[in-house]
Amino acid sequence: MFNIRDRGAEIWDRSDRKRRIAIALGSVALAASLPFWADIPILNIVNTPISSFQAVLVYPVGMFILMALGLNIVVGKTGLLDLGYVAFFAIGAYSAAILGTKTHLNIWEILPIGMALAMLAGLLLGLPTLRLRGDYLAIVTLGFGEIVRITAVNTPSIGGPNGIPGVPNPTPIFGVKFDDYKPIFWVVLVMILLVIWMIRRFSVRRPGRAWEAIRQDEDVAMLMGVATLKYKIWAFVIGAAIGGAAGVIFASNSMYVAPDMFSFNISILVLSCVVFGGMGNIWGVVVGGLTLAYLPERIRFISDARQLVFGLALVIIMNVRPDGLLPRKKREKIRKVRETSESSSSGAQS
Amino acid sequence: MTFNVLTSQFWSLLVSGIALGFIYVLISLGYTMVYGVLRLINFANSEIFMVGTFATVLVSRDLYKFDQNTNPLTGTKLVLTLGSFLLASMLASGITAVFVELIAYRRLRAKGTNRLASLISAIGTSIVLQESVRILTHSIPMSNPRVIRKYDALTFGSTGIRNDTIIVIVFAAILYFAINRFVSKTLLGKAIRAVSMSEETSRLMGINLNRVISATFFIGGITTGAAAFLYETVYENTKYNVGFNIGLAAFTAAVLGGIGNIRGAFFGGITLGLLEVFIAAVLGTQWKSVTVFVVLVLVLLFRPNGLFGEAITQSRV
Repeated sequence: MFNIRDRGAEIWDRSDRKRRIAIALGSVALAASLPFWADIPILNIVNTPISSFQAVLVYPVGMFILMALGLNIVVGKTGLLDLGYVAFFAIGAYSAAILGTKTHLNIWEILPIGMALAMLAGLLLGLPTLRLRGDYLAIVTLGFGEIVRITAVNTPSIGGPNGIPGVPNPTPIFGVKFDDYKPIFWVVLVMILLVIWMIRRFSVRRPGRAWEAIRQDEDVAMLMGVATLKYKIWAFVIGAAIGGAAGVIFASNSMYVAPDMFSFNISILVLSCVVFGGMGNIWGVVVGGLTLAYLPERIRFISDARQLVFGLALVIIMNVRPDGLLPRKKREKIRKVRETSESSSSGAQS
Repeated sequence: MTFNVLTSQFWSLLVSGIALGFIYVLISLGYTMVYGVLRLINFANSEIFMVGTFATVLVSRDLYKFDQNTNPLTGTKLVLTLGSFLLASMLASGITAVFVELIAYRRLRAKGTNRLASLISAIGTSIVLQESVRILTHSIPMSNPRVIRKYDALTFGSTGIRNDTIIVIVFAAILYFAINRFVSKTLLGKAIRAVSMSEETSRLMGINLNRVISATFFIGGITTGAAAFLYETVYENTKYNVGFNIGLAAFTAAVLGGIGNIRGAFFGGITLGLLEVFIAAVLGTQWKSVTVFVVLVLVLLFRPNGLFGEAITQSRV
């Protein structure tokens, strides 16, 4: 079957430095121009029928890509099934809402605090539970997600079921105001790029290799001297930080948080983005997030049946391409084949 | 906190906790059986339960034309009517379960792919089922006509035990022991145990894997459907998302007892039912699920394989 992932990787591998920079800048510019597409004649087929296209780009599309990248570190890279990722998103959003309404901190100052709180939650959850295996971890994280939501519903001081209104927009920086969806989308885009950069750096260094080893076989990794618990907790905590950051921006963009926004469905949707796009592969996850967040909004005209179509799409795609749209494994295999064929051919020459 | 509730209502709480627990036991059997053979969480089990509740209500409301003014039935007629409800919901759930296995798991299993892919396709199937029912019912809850007169059948001192609670406990206990016996004594049960030990080896021994797995889903569906019928007898209404919370609780129960372990499902279910009822009485219903999860985390910390250990046979590789 035709594999876009491998084709893309091939083009990238063959290009020299200049061309790579051109490709990267071109893609970033293309992504940054997305908010304008709604007004350009032919491109405006991307327009979403009910909510404004620019709003959709921020939430769900941008947020889901960001969260999917964060979850990808936990699920895709390290192979830990986390069904309560929404908890970190909620912690970020609630810290933005509480600090934003009760103190004079602005959103940029809250962002690191929200991330730190999410990381702390990740650490507290990870320390006892990451010793568990597979499905138990899944159910415990799922429970954690529900605990955070139910606690928010039942705590009157943070608004109970009504949530917290009046979360401030981000304060202007360099004269750019954030009262519109466009600049917020660019902020999200920058965050996505930073996260992608970070993951790429991690992947080629010790943590990335440790995660990969844990994913392939935890027992072997431990026997080989990888501090598995430490790296699992790191994966968890870094994933949590990204979820928290997404939450802070989300709260400040929607200006309102309520427990209903952080239901189990969000965790499932983000996980679907990761698996649907191709676990462990950054570009697959980006494509997955883009598709699964955008599709339900685009087909809103079939309003009542859109979730049904979404479910059908999940089943069909997973059956046709079980490794996701842009899988990771095939590329590794091809590399290996190429390397072995190269070494054997060079061996024949000498 | 009101601890005196515990002393004043202890016995009635105990009975209703056990009744709720038995409903959980039957649903967690659905999770546990499937987990035993496939090592996969059947995410669509909550929707299999939902289908069962609707089957009960539809048979009662549209086939028998019962409504809220129907006189309660008695004697043989009551037994036969309840029996037909039970049959309908067990069949509906069982068939749905087999169907779920066909579309969500079979192809992926043949390809031998990662476990998460099956999980996502099961989630997809669950969304499809839930959304279809939501669209068909226009998100309106459906109430189940009462065909049985509810009264305190037994009284111990000041505590009365209602007849529907007795039906739940007696029936669920019978079904549980029947399933337990089925798995340990019959040929098909032996095949199921063999597959849960090792898929490879059991195939080499001439076991038809697909048939055994279908049968497992069907049996899990039947118990879940029976739970749906009992749930309707007690709570008398249903909605497209009725399965979500109860499915989550039942799955927790399965993990609590040690997933893949039939005895574990029993003790996990009863423990969870009692916990929920007592915690709701002491702390208020809103903290019920939080406390349940906290207990689950604590149990898993000290006994990482659940209270009664994992799997019908051995732990996972």
